[in-house]
Amino acid sequence: MPGNPLPDAEQLLTALIEQMRPAVGPDTGLIGIHTGGVWVAERVHQALKLKTPAAALDVSFYRDDYAARGLRRDVKRSEIPFEVEDRDLILVDDVLYTGRTIRAALNELFDYGRPANVKLAALVDRGGRQLPIAPQFVGGTLALKPGQSVALKRDAGGRLSLELREEKR
Amino acid sequence: MWLNPSNPQLDKKGRLHHLLTLEGLPAEILWQILDTAKTFVGTKVKKVPLLRGMSVFNVFFEPSTRTRTTFEIAAKRLSADVINLNVTVSSQSKGESLLDTVDNLSAMHADMFVVRHGESGAPHFIARHVAPDIHVINAGDGRHSHPTQGLLDMFTIRHYKKDFSNLRVAIVGDVLHSRVARSQIHAFATLGCPEIRVIGPKTLLPAHVESLGVHVYHDMRQGLKDVDVVTMLRLQNERMQGALLPSAQEFYKYYGLTQDKLAAAKPDAIVLHPGPMNRGVEIDSSVADGKQSVILPQVTFGIAIRMAVMSIMAGNK
Repeated sequence: MPGNPLPDAEQLLTALIEQMRPAVGPDTGLIGIHTGGVWVAERVHQALKLKTPAAALDVSFYRDDYAARGLRRDVKRSEIPFEVEDRDLILVDDVLYTGRTIRAALNELFDYGRPANVKLAALVDRGGRQLPIAPQFVGGTLALKPGQSVALKRDAGGRLSLELREEKR
Repeated sequence: MWLNPSNPQLDKKGRLHHLLTLEGLPAEILWQILDTAKTFVGTKVKKVPLLRGMSVFNVFFEPSTRTRTTFEIAAKRLSADVINLNVTVSSQSKGESLLDTVDNLSAMHADMFVVRHGESGAPHFIARHVAPDIHVINAGDGRHSHPTQGLLDMFTIRHYKKDFSNLRVAIVGDVLHSRVARSQIHAFATLGCPEIRVIGPKTLLPAHVESLGVHVYHDMRQGLKDVDVVTMLRLQNERMQGALLPSAQEFYKYYGLTQDKLAAAKPDAIVLHPGPMNRGVEIDSSVADGKQSVILPQVTFGIAIRMAVMSIMAGNK
């Protein structure tokens, strides 16, 4: 939408990485939530040169709005290439909103094991939480009107950008 | 009728509501099921909460072990409550009509019926009479259709062969009585498989089977020449009426899959069988247990396929 400037996703990413830098160690597991969160997690993983491979979580099977919205066409397999048990984990999502995605991600995560602790990183926090969930690392905040949403895009060169969408009501 | 009149398996938006047959099911939905099933294979998490609070009724008017069990496992891995009913040994023997049985089960708040019946079309009949929010999955009806078996066969073939667009496939044996063969033929055609062969004696091939777009062979070695996929069908003794075959031994001699006959196929051809196998009738043990056999992976993939079908349907409200 013209006239509604969105922050630059790459700048948000840089800010997020700098916040996360002191908090990660060699064994920290990054877990990106499909699809945007995985992109962000990959970039953070690269920038911080982490040894533990980044994981990807698709929470489709754990969502609470599944009965109303159905199954997405492009469900991915969750890939967690490390042991969750007793590990420090950081969940990474692109846009933090109601918190329901994070709830679903936590439920799925705990089916894999009992992590030592789980922190939350989001590229953008747009407020509007419906659950008691708060991020530890945020690239930036964004105020949106009701009916608006924001989505992360990745171009062919791997550059991230934000896109504003008007929800059809 | 609120269901799609041109295809009663689909709702008004063209999404899967019942799974009754693969005939006429859009390719898009087939691929959706195959892709979704992939996400359930090889994951560490055994159980997901997708169907929590839903009741799945396995209603079997005909005996089955494998299909019923894999449906049960699939539903349980999706966190549904599963109720198994072998109707052969209960109501029907007391004379209850099919519709009364279904009405009674609906009154027990079923969300999904998995139906196997000896009569072709029974699941379709049930689907037309249940409440609109109930889903019906055909787990095999007469000689008509066994869609989840056809889907798991496609999943297995895709797993090993990656692509259908250059495959030569053969379906061998008792095609006449086989709902598996019919389901496979429709699925192969929809997924773009260029050459489908059926091989069997004239008495065990349906009249005008060519009209389904298949090539007919009566000689096993000719039919298997250079194929990529061989599906052996079970010789359905219980469905045989009249003298369709001289003997099981003679059938084995001409149509039983031995290493020798399999050598006519491509060296990397895979062998499928929907089970249960009659060893020494349609398939030799050395082939059934051999390195080209994918018969046990079929069973494992069957769970993923059934999970996929149930989770897609349950989400189509």
